Amino acid sequence: MTAWPSGLRLLAGKTAFVTGASRGIGLEVATTLAALGADVALGGVRDPDGLARTAAELATRHGVRTLALPGDVADPATVKGCYQAIFKAWKQLDVLVNNAGILEDALIGMISDDLVTRVLGTNTAGAIHNLQGAARLMARAKRGSIINVSSIIGVRGNEGQAVYAASKAAVIGLTLAAAKELAPQGIRVNAVAPGYIETDMIKRLTPEVHAQRLAQIGLGRIGTATDVANVIAFLASDLSAYVTGQVLGIDGGMRI
Amino acid sequence: MTEPEQKLQAAFREALDLAADLDVSTLTYRGVPQWDSVAHMQLVSTIETAFDLMLETDDVIGMSSYDKAKEIVRKYGVAL
Repeated sequence: MTAWPSGLRLLAGKTAFVTGASRGIGLEVATTLAALGADVALGGVRDPDGLARTAAELATRHGVRTLALPGDVADPATVKGCYQAIFKAWKQLDVLVNNAGILEDALIGMISDDLVTRVLGTNTAGAIHNLQGAARLMARAKRGSIINVSSIIGVRGNEGQAVYAASKAAVIGLTLAAAKELAPQGIRVNAVAPGYIETDMIKRLTPEVHAQRLAQIGLGRIGTATDVANVIAFLASDLSAYVTGQVLGIDGGMRI
Repeated sequence: MTEPEQKLQAAFREALDLAADLDVSTLTYRGVPQWDSVAHMQLVSTIETAFDLMLETDDVIGMSSYDKAKEIVRKYGVAL
């Protein structure tokens, strides 16, 4: 449930691309941006038909244009195809939400080569491919906002998550470098670092681990996808026109 | 000179801030101080806008001279 006033068209006239939009945080972000009036392209790898249905529903419900762009962000050719499709349909891109990611845990002694390839390929290389494509489209209009979804794990680290932490720390480095390089072109680049958020990714945790995580959160509750989407909507909007190169925690004061 | 080639030369002059009497047709990447890596991306953006197309990354990297730019833009169906 969005916290924005009903009927507020904060993002009217803007076009956005949200990767990993088939579920969880990405779906909530796509829904929030559409509710605020943005035309939204949805990326996703798992369920092309479901993605197309979601895109159609958002278009009908919010009176915006939508695109469904199924494909794997780890594949550079697929990502290029997404930006060609956005260019063909809309000629412009104002907002990229670089959200697609996978979470695979392993203790250091158990990290396989395949796991490294998968996690870095999606979370890090995928983010780079998308940032590159978005910057090309945004440079034409000399404006844009790129929001990279990192993680509190990429900032603080956590046992059993060395590869995931590395992949999300890299996203922060990407954000800081790109913010400097793209500022002269009017493109802002920021990252968000969500904490413990209620998504499918955490459903496999035991009740004991869940309780431990909650005890680490200053605000005393788990975060929601809406909590994340609202901050991303702010960074996508002109309300944050003077904000770039920042990493914003969305973690309720979590300590790890 | 054809109208599309005039448009391409104008894109070079605008993006690289070149003097009106400079011979654009002999330009090479880093051959003049104005055509550095930062200006290169501006040049790409200006060409894309002028011809309403989006270049592949390999073409962005490979655009090493004015002649090469002509060849690349032709690939996208522009009659240069």
